[in-house]
Amino acid sequence: MNNNQIISLLPYQQPFLFVDELTRMSSEGITGHYTFRKDSYFYEGHFKNNPITPGVILTECMAQIGLVCLGIYILKDQLSEDNQPQVALTSSQVHFFLPVLPGEKVTVVSEKEVFRFNKLKCKVKMLNEKNELVCRGQISGMLHIPANAEISIKHE
Amino acid sequence: MTKDQLIAKLKTIVQPYIQDEDAFNNLSEETDFINDLKINSANLVDVILDVEDEFDIRIENDDMEKMISVRAAMDVVNEKLAAK
Repeated sequence: MNNNQIISLLPYQQPFLFVDELTRMSSEGITGHYTFRKDSYFYEGHFKNNPITPGVILTECMAQIGLVCLGIYILKDQLSEDNQPQVALTSSQVHFFLPVLPGEKVTVVSEKEVFRFNKLKCKVKMLNEKNELVCRGQISGMLHIPANAEISIKHE
Repeated sequence: MTKDQLIAKLKTIVQPYIQDEDAFNNLSEETDFINDLKINSANLVDVILDVEDEFDIRIENDDMEKMISVRAAMDVVNEKLAAK
C-alpha cells in the first residue's frame, strides 16, 4: 500500500485533513509531512492578529499521521474503499516546545508501542524544517474495522 | 497467592481507568468492569496489558473477551499462572 492509497482511506477531508505525504512506512512506524496553509481558518482566531498553529491542531496532525495512517498501514490487508476503519482517539499526552507559524512544514515521526485488541499506542514527535523538536508525546486510539457494518446497523 | 491478594492486585491495576468511584470502593468478585466500574473499551485494553505485566502472563483474544468482571479476570489469571 502506498502513500496515496493510505491518504485516500483517511476519514478526513478539508479543512480538517493534516497529512500531505508519507515518506516512510512499516508496521513498526511511519513518517509523514504536512505544510500548514497560511489561509487555514483557525489562524483567524488563534491568536488575534498573531497567527500561531493551535496545540490541538498540532496534536491532530500527529494523530492523523502517527496513529491513523500507521493504523491503516498495519490493517492494510483488511481494508478497501468500501471497508474503511472507524477510528477514535482515546488518549493523548503531548508536550509542546516550539510554535508553528502559518506556512511552516512539519515532519511527524511515529513509532508503534503497542497494537493489541484494536488499540494502537504510539510515541510520536513533530519536527520543523530546521529539524527542531516542536512537540512530542504518546497518542492512543482504537481502530475498528466494521466487517459486519450492515448487520450491526440492523440490530440498532 | 490468596484470593484477597489477587483481588487487591486487580484493584490497583483497574484504579487509573475507572469512572465510577463508588463501585470501585465497593469492588468485589462480582464487580463488572464495564457496567459497574464504567471502564471504556480502550481502557479495558490497558487493564489487560497491565494484568499481563503484573503477572507475567500472555492473554489472548478469547481470554480478553471473557475478562469483563473481577471474577472472570481472576479465573483467567489463575488459569494462566497454573499453566506456567
